[in-house]
Amino acid sequence: MELDEFTKKIAGLFRNTAPNLFNAKTELKELDEWSSILALSIVSMIDEEYDVMLRGDDVKNLKTIEQLFNVVKEKSEKEND
Amino acid sequence: MAFLEFKDARIVGISAAVPLQKFSNLHPDNQTHFSSDYSPEDFVASTGVEEGRETKTLTTSDLCFEAAEQLINELGWKRKEIGALVFVSQTPDYMMPCSACILQNRLGLSQECYAYDCTLGCSGWVYGVSQVFSLLNTGNIKKALLLCGESHKISEYYPRAPLFGSAGTATAIEYKEGAKPIFCHYGTDGSGYESIIVPEGGTRNPPLPTSFEKKWDGNELLNGLQIHMKGIDVYAFSVTTAPKSIKKLAEKYGINYMDADFIVLHQANKMINNAIVKKINFPQEKSPSSLTHFANTSSASIPLTMVTQIRDALRSKSNKLICCGFGVGLSWGTVAFETTADIVIPDLVEVEELS
Repeated sequence: MELDEFTKKIAGLFRNTAPNLFNAKTELKELDEWSSILALSIVSMIDEEYDVMLRGDDVKNLKTIEQLFNVVKEKSEKEND
Repeated sequence: MAFLEFKDARIVGISAAVPLQKFSNLHPDNQTHFSSDYSPEDFVASTGVEEGRETKTLTTSDLCFEAAEQLINELGWKRKEIGALVFVSQTPDYMMPCSACILQNRLGLSQECYAYDCTLGCSGWVYGVSQVFSLLNTGNIKKALLLCGESHKISEYYPRAPLFGSAGTATAIEYKEGAKPIFCHYGTDGSGYESIIVPEGGTRNPPLPTSFEKKWDGNELLNGLQIHMKGIDVYAFSVTTAPKSIKKLAEKYGINYMDADFIVLHQANKMINNAIVKKINFPQEKSPSSLTHFANTSSASIPLTMVTQIRDALRSKSNKLICCGFGVGLSWGTVAFETTADIVIPDLVEVEELS
């Protein structure tokens, strides 16, 4: 799985935030559009696209897109072991 | 393994009653408690709940009473023959006594009636079904009522939660030798008890004047008597557990769930329900939804969906149904059974506010 593609998929869930604001270092919770419902959309997208189920604690202390990417990657590798 | 199989009884009727009064999530008034961090449009797009029914005066037993009256009358059941009444709700009329006792009297049932309450929510109807079937199995009780519902009576102290609607339902089940079996699977995970919780008002945290103070729960400001929910954990639980329960039941009893005419899920929210249906590769159009107009009605949601969405289909022929409830507890269950075309399903009852 690729960070670029992952970032694009996250960006696609935001309706009112310009796509050029999204990169590996983007802090999702700092975006004006961030909400608990968007968090749920992200969890749902990751479940569907990457077959990884996040828990509340995985998202709680999260900052950047890259951090989220690494959590998903780690969980995905663990499941495929 | 919590698998159960019952013979010699069948569901003969289902009814539902809702308050006449509606609330709108697309055009909310100032009584809706929306979290400050998202818009009504975003809420509706992801939950699927455009509107719901609400009440300021009707209790759960009031709604279940209306549903039961309609059903008993259309079935032509003699009230003295109803030997059991199970009431399932997380919003009973009183802390004590249980609402089933009040309903026994109000419905004019015999004093030789087995009646009690069960405090389950989203899994309540599927649990209640097995309770009633097991009571009928002995053959001594011939007719029984399962009443499931919630009333989120709104007030100054209890603001409307836009995800939840109020409804009462009645399911009539009777003893019948040789009826086709019903297959059930149940599960529980109490480690998730805080995922959906009303934290105050019980004996762990008794009601105090401070119960009405709003506190930040990580997502929104809620008082101690409102429903607190960890959305992501509930999503993860539901989308993982419900498909597994359906598959386990199918495997245990050699049922091909793809042959079901309908899979009726507890109506949690659109995102969760669509994900569950997708995970089992079942056609979305055969998994009816009442979320748009009735919101999440907890233990009422499965029978309410049958009454409002697939009534004609149920009354036109026999149908293979799989019903799955999952949520608060955490608790879940799945039942598979066949209905017959003579099933009695009255019109949806709309109940006026008490004056």
